[in-house]
Amino acid sequence: MNDPTSLSPLDLETPDKTFLDANELVINMGPQHPATHGVLRVILRLDGEKVMGLECVIGYLHRGVEKIAENRTYTMFNPYVDRMDYVAAVSNGLGYCEAVEKLLNVEAPPRAQYVRVILTELNRMASHQLWLGTHALDIGAITPLFYTFRDREEILKIFEKYCGARLTTHAFRIGGLQYETYDGFEKDVKTFVAFVRPKIDEYEELLTTNRIWLERTKGVGKISGQDAIALGVTGPVLRASGVKWDIRKALPYANYKNFDFDIPTGENGDTYDRYLVRMAEFRQSLRIIEQAVDHIPEGPIMAKVPKVIKPPVGEIYHSIEAPKGELGYFIVSDGSTQPYRIRVRPPSFVNLQALDVMCRGQLVADVIAVIGTLDIVLGEVDR
Amino acid sequence: MHALLQYILSYLDSDKTPGGAGNIFWATVYILLVFAGLSVAVIAMNWLERKILAHMQVRLGPMRVGPHGLLQPIADAIKLLLKEDIIPAEADAVVFWIAPFIVVLAAFTVFVVVPFGPTHAITDMNIGILFMLGVSSLSVLGIVTAGWASNSHYPLIGALRSSAQMVSYEVAMGLAVVSVILMTSLNDQSTGTLSMIGIVQAQLAQQEWFIFKFFPLGLIGFGIFAIAMVAETNRAPFDLPEAESELTAGFHTEYSGFRWSLFFLAEYSAMIAVSSIAVTLWLGGWLRPFPNLLVGPTWDLVFLLFPGITFLLLAAMCFYNTARMPKHPLFKVQTIGLAGFGAVLGLIGLILFLPAVRIRVNDIFWFSAKVAGFMYLYIWYRGTFPRYRFDQLMKVGWKVLLPTGLALLVLTAVVGMRSELWAELQGVWRP
Repeated sequence: MNDPTSLSPLDLETPDKTFLDANELVINMGPQHPATHGVLRVILRLDGEKVMGLECVIGYLHRGVEKIAENRTYTMFNPYVDRMDYVAAVSNGLGYCEAVEKLLNVEAPPRAQYVRVILTELNRMASHQLWLGTHALDIGAITPLFYTFRDREEILKIFEKYCGARLTTHAFRIGGLQYETYDGFEKDVKTFVAFVRPKIDEYEELLTTNRIWLERTKGVGKISGQDAIALGVTGPVLRASGVKWDIRKALPYANYKNFDFDIPTGENGDTYDRYLVRMAEFRQSLRIIEQAVDHIPEGPIMAKVPKVIKPPVGEIYHSIEAPKGELGYFIVSDGSTQPYRIRVRPPSFVNLQALDVMCRGQLVADVIAVIGTLDIVLGEVDR
Repeated sequence: MHALLQYILSYLDSDKTPGGAGNIFWATVYILLVFAGLSVAVIAMNWLERKILAHMQVRLGPMRVGPHGLLQPIADAIKLLLKEDIIPAEADAVVFWIAPFIVVLAAFTVFVVVPFGPTHAITDMNIGILFMLGVSSLSVLGIVTAGWASNSHYPLIGALRSSAQMVSYEVAMGLAVVSVILMTSLNDQSTGTLSMIGIVQAQLAQQEWFIFKFFPLGLIGFGIFAIAMVAETNRAPFDLPEAESELTAGFHTEYSGFRWSLFFLAEYSAMIAVSSIAVTLWLGGWLRPFPNLLVGPTWDLVFLLFPGITFLLLAAMCFYNTARMPKHPLFKVQTIGLAGFGAVLGLIGLILFLPAVRIRVNDIFWFSAKVAGFMYLYIWYRGTFPRYRFDQLMKVGWKVLLPTGLALLVLTAVVGMRSELWAELQGVWRP
């Protein structure tokens, strides 16, 4: 039998469909399993506790979002994108709105852009908090979950005050914002920033130097920068492998070029580095929010966009840095009010295909850790 | 009739355990008392674990069933008893049926030798500690049977993990125990003992709890045992056999209702059992704290009053919370219930002040208080630590605890025999 770890990711053979080897134990992890973050089904081939290979079966949450788009006008499709990555709905909306704006050749006014950045960064933190809580829970630390949910609540309160919804916010409109910020928005955001900063230290205190946490995450689910690029992996997972790639800096959108922030990167590409990168991203998000909230300009919140959105014939690909990685929208317009085709490049879906590479030769418990560290949302994987 | 009464009363003057005195009546009473006390302790532990864990995690825990969720464990018990009892079609029904009983039997039988006081034990075996370790490791059998009989992948993996874990940690645990037995033999007659009561009496005779003996050797032995006992009872951070996020519920995934509750009962009584071992071996069993520093009749009296004061404090807590209850008709029953509970606790506290009572319960109180400390530690671990991976668990067991235990054993022997060894060495060198 070959040593499974020696297989380079790019010459991985297609996993056996039959799994008839008597020495191997085939386990169905999911679709109902406490640690698969939704309805992911992973077929594990085990040799004792060692993972010989695995196959992801997805589609349990498929709703045909891309097909729905073909029967909706551009405006009507906007709320649907919130339902893909439902823990980072604001980012999804931002990507879609900006893509259509690009197609229409309009730009959101500066005030709208600042509010967009603030809300998106708040959402990035909410998404990371959910990741941290569930990831730690999977590894057996049950307490961080409650700490992160306590603090995530404050972000959701700001969303609720701003647009009435907590999760699937539908905060942005094509061309800008639907709502003006409420009175005291800036104050709420500033209070939140001051509130959450010590809380992040609190999470780190529980985990960063915890011996068991170190043993469980260091060297687990390693992926090299090259392999990550070859597999199309993006986001914190890619950055933890040492590749300094953040679309906010590389292909600036919204008005991210006005803000001063760093791209945290890791070195080893293991679960611990991904943890550190995301913890650092918390702080960078706070930095961006602090800079933005002080300088929200006055002015209109909506660009001049026609009532009926009818983009010219053409196609556009626009991507943003969602909390989980590169979220891209490819929109083909045939000049009518409905898009001819929308293709979404969901970061979770692309990152999930690295699971096999990251888990081969590791133990069952590591599969759980790696699924957690990939930070997938099945709503986005299946769409 | 008179003879029977005589037989019952004759034990009261005895200074032996009922088993030791051969008094069947009192032995039965003690068995029933221990069994009832254990059940109450498990119920209380269930509620306390939820509450303490909840407060560590910025939530309230159970609040609905009874005042502050006090009746939650009872509600849970009723729910579990009324649940449908499922035996999977593919399972081996007989073995599936037997497995929880093996586990429960093993968990309860060990309490036969647990010494709550110099005479407060069902019996005092001269192989007490050996009996405890032996019987408590029988529960592995039940767990393996449960996992195998379920005829399902996750329980099977859970059972294998569990048996491997328990067997490997028992080795380190045993070494730590042996080092204590060496310490008991350091008296004039050089007679060691395996009896649980004897071990505590040895600590009394040497005027030192074994945790402080040959500092830091006693402490290291205690540390090894304290780690191994968490692994032995499959609790966080060593709760791999029932790792929820990996194996759903481990070996009892397929169990439901009453059978599941038996596993639950066994887990908690096993926790109490190993904590009792630790208390007996290292923390002086029923002996009160600071026996050397705070001596004299005054201090004796102060420590005798502790049980009553504790109950009065609990009662005060109840009354304080009664006063804080929402003043709303909906909460009327709960408020009265909490006040009543506080009154009962207060009454118990007052009874415990009676001289005849306080002398008899003092030992039991100190023993239970120390065990309760361990229970808190268990909950604290669960709230703080992530879970070890299986290979890391084995590494800790075999590569860290076992060598440390061996070294500890040798060192304890050397330090304990140092004067004899010294004389021996001088004899060798002089000629």
